[in-house]
Amino acid sequence: MSAPSIALNRFGLGARPDEGAPADPKRWLLDQFDRYDPRPAPIAAQPDSAAVAKDYGGGLAAVRRMGKDDEEARRAARQAVVRDGRETYRAAVNARADAALATATPFLERMVHFWANHFAVSADKQIAAPFAGAFEAEAIRPHVMGRFSDMLLAVERHPGMQLFLDQARSAGPNSRLAERAAERNPERKLGLNENLAREILELHTLGARTGYSQADVTEFAKAMTGWSVAVRPPGAMAPAQADDATGGFVFRPAFHEPGARTILGRSYAQPGEEQARAVLLDLAAAPATAKHIATKLARHFVADDPPPALVARLSAAFTKSDGDLPTVYRALIEAPEAWDASAAKFKTPWDWLISAFRAMGRREAGNAQILPLSNQLGQPVWRPGSPAGWDDVAASWAAPDALVRRVELAQRFATTAGDRIDARALAPKLLPGTLAKATAEQIARAESAPTALALLLVSPDFLRRA
Amino acid sequence: MDLDRRHFLASGALGAAAFAFAPRIAFARAATDRRFVFVIQRGAADGLNIVVPYGDPAYAGLRGALAIDPAQATKLDGMFALHPALAETAKLYQGGQALFVQAVASPYRERSHFDAQNVIETGGIAPYAVKDGWLNRLVAMLPAGGREAVALAPTVPMALRGAAPVTSYAPSALPQATDDLLMRVATLYQADPQLHGLWAQAMEARGIAADGMSAEARQQDAATIGSTAANFLRAPDGPRIAMIETGGWDTHSGQAGRLAAQLRQLDRLIAALRNGLGPLWSDTVVLVATEFGRTAAANGTGGTDHGTASAAMLLGGAVKGGRVIGDWPGLTPAALLDGRDLKPTTDLYALAAGAAAQTFALDPGRAGQALFGSERGVRPMEGLLKA
Repeated sequence: MSAPSIALNRFGLGARPDEGAPADPKRWLLDQFDRYDPRPAPIAAQPDSAAVAKDYGGGLAAVRRMGKDDEEARRAARQAVVRDGRETYRAAVNARADAALATATPFLERMVHFWANHFAVSADKQIAAPFAGAFEAEAIRPHVMGRFSDMLLAVERHPGMQLFLDQARSAGPNSRLAERAAERNPERKLGLNENLAREILELHTLGARTGYSQADVTEFAKAMTGWSVAVRPPGAMAPAQADDATGGFVFRPAFHEPGARTILGRSYAQPGEEQARAVLLDLAAAPATAKHIATKLARHFVADDPPPALVARLSAAFTKSDGDLPTVYRALIEAPEAWDASAAKFKTPWDWLISAFRAMGRREAGNAQILPLSNQLGQPVWRPGSPAGWDDVAASWAAPDALVRRVELAQRFATTAGDRIDARALAPKLLPGTLAKATAEQIARAESAPTALALLLVSPDFLRRA
Repeated sequence: MDLDRRHFLASGALGAAAFAFAPRIAFARAATDRRFVFVIQRGAADGLNIVVPYGDPAYAGLRGALAIDPAQATKLDGMFALHPALAETAKLYQGGQALFVQAVASPYRERSHFDAQNVIETGGIAPYAVKDGWLNRLVAMLPAGGREAVALAPTVPMALRGAAPVTSYAPSALPQATDDLLMRVATLYQADPQLHGLWAQAMEARGIAADGMSAEARQQDAATIGSTAANFLRAPDGPRIAMIETGGWDTHSGQAGRLAAQLRQLDRLIAALRNGLGPLWSDTVVLVATEFGRTAAANGTGGTDHGTASAAMLLGGAVKGGRVIGDWPGLTPAALLDGRDLKPTTDLYALAAGAAAQTFALDPGRAGQALFGSERGVRPMEGLLKA
């Protein structure tokens, strides 16, 4: 049992060779609360969503305005905009790695990753891809040390989420926009899109199978109508507006379904934008949400099957504090289950990659191509297959081929390091008090320094967060 | 350096596959016609089964099932025979172009690969005591003009690091994990129920047997390394010193098959180097050496453990070959070092310094001092090359 190792590896992002093991592990974690920087330098250097909207959204709008006379020029222009969008995404991925490698608050950086995965957007959707970095920077990072409800509101208002889950163009069937459209063309039905509303209930707040009905989803989706972003989504019915390149949240009254809504037995008669906001605040305060978040946090930090007692305690901390996240984190740090040495999560590819780079003393990704590396390892950054985000259990990551890929990459990293890193000396620094004797022996017996380093990076001890 | 790089790219010999196999090459260039190649065998090659002392009455008993059958091996003289996998090397010997040195060791007497490799690459007495490599210091001793070193590897090996400028070329392709690493990972996961099962499945799925990638693929790669090195060394203004790293010599278990496979690769590498150099082979000296030897007796798992003295080779048209040299200490219990290892009777540094000095017509005393003698006297061996 080694509390310093657990602090570094389970709560943090892995040790760095030039930093000693924390003498007081709990204090080390709690002290990070005061030092948390919601806008670290690598992240601050990336374009915000206004800039992305201007370049990318504006670029796509310009392509649309080109008309269809010159199809080839139009296609070329579109490709250029899309290419720039991908470049924005790639640069944001590298910035995320840089932040994780350099951070002075690895526990809270891990929380950033946790929340960004909880509120997952996926770059699989082309329109959302360039906003992925800005989404994490603007909707997640500023609220990691705040209230869950504030993070929830920021997330659902952000263009990254709205574009990913089709909210930006969702219109009520009886909205002014729908009526006008029906006058012009009675055949054309203007669409309510339930996607975001459903995922808010199922993934972001209450959790699946917690008692809401399809009617609740539809009603909530109607309440959400009008919530949109100042990025003209592709195929938008609305005429271009002056603010369409600012990237910020806009409420479009013409899209909003009039009237009061009833959701989960509660009536919401608020006008316009306020209606969905009231629903979201109630969802944030719901006991099911507290339990859902508590379960995910316990699963992420402690065990694939989280101990029920721990979930109950985290859930109570969430509810009692009105969703004050630092209070929940403190409960986690105080939980004996979190310091149980026998429980050790299998690292996700992202965890492994970041901890391996930190182990080698890297403070920036440099010319390492994080995106292809994360692809190779099976977890492309900000590209989970679904809005549920990446899975957080060993069964998803501990697979034969995935293991071989880690071994191959470990060898490549180690070969690049050459004999400049002595794995024999490094191992106990990375895994203070938990390095298995058998692992230390195998490392010392390796026939070359690179082989020794590769072995350390793929050792059972290093593959897990203990 | 641009010229070299173009040459390197133009040589076309380096596909992605070239680096799937462990050897890596590093070069140094200087204004001389002689070529010097240092092949390091990382992992402690078993000299007793490479240059086999079949004439020693204790050999067969110590090695048991691991003993090389002299009937299968190439007889070098009344005492020694060459491992049967070294067919091309045997031809060199028969042509007077191969010299073997038995019971050779550096001053290092512990049993850590890392530390021992650092010693034989820096030319020091203790690990990490000397900060540059003896091959780099050799570059500095060569005639001026084009005094630079090139490493064809992700990193410059220690032996080539130092004041003389070094550039390295890193292959960008993702190398397959080496056989050695795959085997060590298997050992590492042995006691872990989850990882052990996954690893076994992965190896099975990839069709990788216990000894890693197919022998054919490995030999292909070894030949590519040899001919690539030759391409560099052949260029009139190209490098004169090359270093090739080979791994996979740490044979604690299943040694018979693994060592044979390793030696076949080495043999291919040497043959490809010889063929690639053509007439220049007569101006070439190749030193093959390892960090330490292995135990005289076989262990319980069909392998051998870390020992002390091993065998080294000098190959090339310039070598006064057809000989096995060194004082044979014998394999009786009393003759063994600490009762377990072949006792060193020849200083690896004396061999390397002698070979390097004679290759480049350097003053032996100065070369011995500069390359290996900063802390103690090294008397370079004489008469290694043709007059």
